[in-house]
Amino acid sequence: MTSEAAITVKGLRKSYGKNQVLRGVNLTVKRGTMLAILGPNGAGKTTTVRIMSTLLGFDAGTVTIEGHDVALSPDKVRAVIGLTGQSAAVDEILTGRENLIMMGQLYRLTKRSATLRADELLEQFDLVDAGKRSVKTYSGGMRRRLDLAVSLIATPPIIFLDEPTTGLDPRSRIAMWDIINKLKADGKTILLTTQYLEEADQLADNIAVIDGGKVIAEGTAKQLKAKVGKDRLELTFKKLTEFRAGERALGRLVVDGNKKELTVTLIINDTNKDVAQALAILTKEKVSISSMAIHKPTLDDVFLSLTGKSNQKGGKS
Amino acid sequence: MSQKQPVELEFVSRPKFISNVYDSLLMVKRSSTYILRNTDQLLGTFFQPIMFLVLFTAVFNAVGLALPDDISYIDFLMAGIIVQTLAFGSTTTSIAVANDLQRGIVDRFKSLPMSNIAVLNGHVISDVFRNAISTVVMVVTGLLFGFRPDADFGAWMAIIGILVLFTLAFSWISAIMGVLAKSVEGVQWMSFLIVFPLTFASGAFAPTETLASWIKPFAENQPITHVIESVRALMLNQPVDDSVWLATIWCIGAIAVAMPLAALLFKRKTITV
Repeated sequence: MTSEAAITVKGLRKSYGKNQVLRGVNLTVKRGTMLAILGPNGAGKTTTVRIMSTLLGFDAGTVTIEGHDVALSPDKVRAVIGLTGQSAAVDEILTGRENLIMMGQLYRLTKRSATLRADELLEQFDLVDAGKRSVKTYSGGMRRRLDLAVSLIATPPIIFLDEPTTGLDPRSRIAMWDIINKLKADGKTILLTTQYLEEADQLADNIAVIDGGKVIAEGTAKQLKAKVGKDRLELTFKKLTEFRAGERALGRLVVDGNKKELTVTLIINDTNKDVAQALAILTKEKVSISSMAIHKPTLDDVFLSLTGKSNQKGGKS
Repeated sequence: MSQKQPVELEFVSRPKFISNVYDSLLMVKRSSTYILRNTDQLLGTFFQPIMFLVLFTAVFNAVGLALPDDISYIDFLMAGIIVQTLAFGSTTTSIAVANDLQRGIVDRFKSLPMSNIAVLNGHVISDVFRNAISTVVMVVTGLLFGFRPDADFGAWMAIIGILVLFTLAFSWISAIMGVLAKSVEGVQWMSFLIVFPLTFASGAFAPTETLASWIKPFAENQPITHVIESVRALMLNQPVDDSVWLATIWCIGAIAVAMPLAALLFKRKTITV
C-alpha cells in the first residue's frame, strides 16, 4: 500500500462471453482527490465502478482499495466505501429516515449512532421534512440525494459516484454538484463517472477518458485541453467573395474554412500578436470581417480528438 | 460539512454469526414494514381468507358431499382452506424477492458489510407473520360460520408447528422462484400455475377417495394432502395415522433443500453476473 494512492487499478479486464468490456484498465486515485471517469455510453464506466465496489467479478488484473484487495477481502473493502449508483438504491416503502437508520445499522453502527447520524445527514442534504415521508413520494433529485446520504452514513473515506446526475434537471444537478464539492472539501477520496464533460471539468482534480474498455487519456482538465491544442481564432466574413479573399490572404495560417458559415479558423499561440497579425493582413488586402471570436479548447474537443466521435449526451449506460 | 459538531460514530463489533442474526432481524423488520404499509396487500390478507371460506362453504354445502364420520363440511374444509391460503400467501415472498432484485436496492445491500442471505430471511420470516394473521382471521371467521374444532392444547401446538413448517417450506420455494424470475409479473403467473393445481389436486376440498381415478394416486400421496390431513385430524380429534410424520418430513425436507438452494442462487445472481 502506497501512502498516496487510495485506489489502484491495474490491468483490469472483464468480458461477457466474447464481448470484452474492459481491456486492461489502469487507474490511480490519490487520497483526498477526485478522479472523474469520463466516457460515452457503453465505454465500461459502470462496469469499472461495480468491480471496484465488489458488486461484480472480473477476469484479470488487480484492484486495491485502501490497501485491501477487492477480490481477496471484499468485506474490508465494503467497510471503507460508499456507493451511489445510477438507479437510486433506496427502499421505496420506507421513509428517508428509516432508510438511513436501517443502512446505518447494517453498517454496524449502534442504533443510537445510526439515528443521530441519520438526522445529521437529513439536515445536510435538505431532506428533514421529506425524511418523514415514504421514498415513493420523492422526486428524482431527492432520491439521488437520499441515496448519496445513505452511502455516507458510516462516513466512509472513499466514495464511488456512478453518474450521479444523469437524468436530473439542471437545478437538481447543481444542488448535487454543491454536495459533491463539499464532500471533496471534507477530504474524501471520490471516484466519479460521468458522460458530461462539463461535470468532469467542474468537479474533478483528474480526469481519465475511457472508451472501448480502455483509458485513452488521463490528466487534469487543463492538461487534457492542452493536448488537444491551442486557442483558436474564428473570423467571420460578410460575403463569399470576401471569405475567399481572406482565406487566400491568410494562406498557411488557416487551419479550417467553412464556406457556408463564411468563417475561417486560425490557431493562435500568442493572443495579442497573432490576432494583430491576422487583422493586419486582412486590412492590407482590404478584406473586411463581420465578427471575430477566440475559442478556448473544451473537453468536448478533447473527447472528439481522442475518440474521433462526438460524445452523445443524455441516455443511460 | 455543517457548522455543528459532527456526530461521533460508535460501531458495534459482534461475532459473525450474531451479526448475521442481527442483519436478518433488521430485514424482518423491513419486510414487515412493507406488509403493514402495503394497504392493498393487507386488505388481501384479511379478506381473501374470509372470501374463500364463505364461498367454498356455501358452494360445497349445496353439492352435498358424503363425508366420513358425519363431520360437517365446514369442519372438513377448515384445514384445507387454511393450507391453501398459506400456500397462496407464501408466494408473496417470490414477488418481494423479484421486486428487490429488479431494483437497485440489492446493489446497496451487496455493497454493505452485511450477510446477504438476511434479505431472503427477512422476506420469508415476515411471510410467516402475515400468514399467521390470515390464519387467525380464518379460524375466527370459521367459528362464526359453525366450525367446531375438538383439539386440546397439545394438538393446537402441533397444528401451529406443522403450519409454520409448511409456510417456511413454501416461502423458501417461493424465494427460489423469485430469484429465477425475469419479471415480477412472470413470477406471479409462475406461482399461480404451481399453487393452484397442487392445492386443488389434494384432499383440501373433498376427500381424496371421491376424486377422479386419474388424479387420485397423485392427490393421495402429494405433500399438501399430508399436511391438510394431519391438520384436519388434529383439529377434529381424529386418528392422525402417518399424516403428521409424513407432513413434517416433507416440510423439513423441502426447507432443507430449498433454503440453501435459494441462498446459492441469490448469491450467484447478485455477485458474478
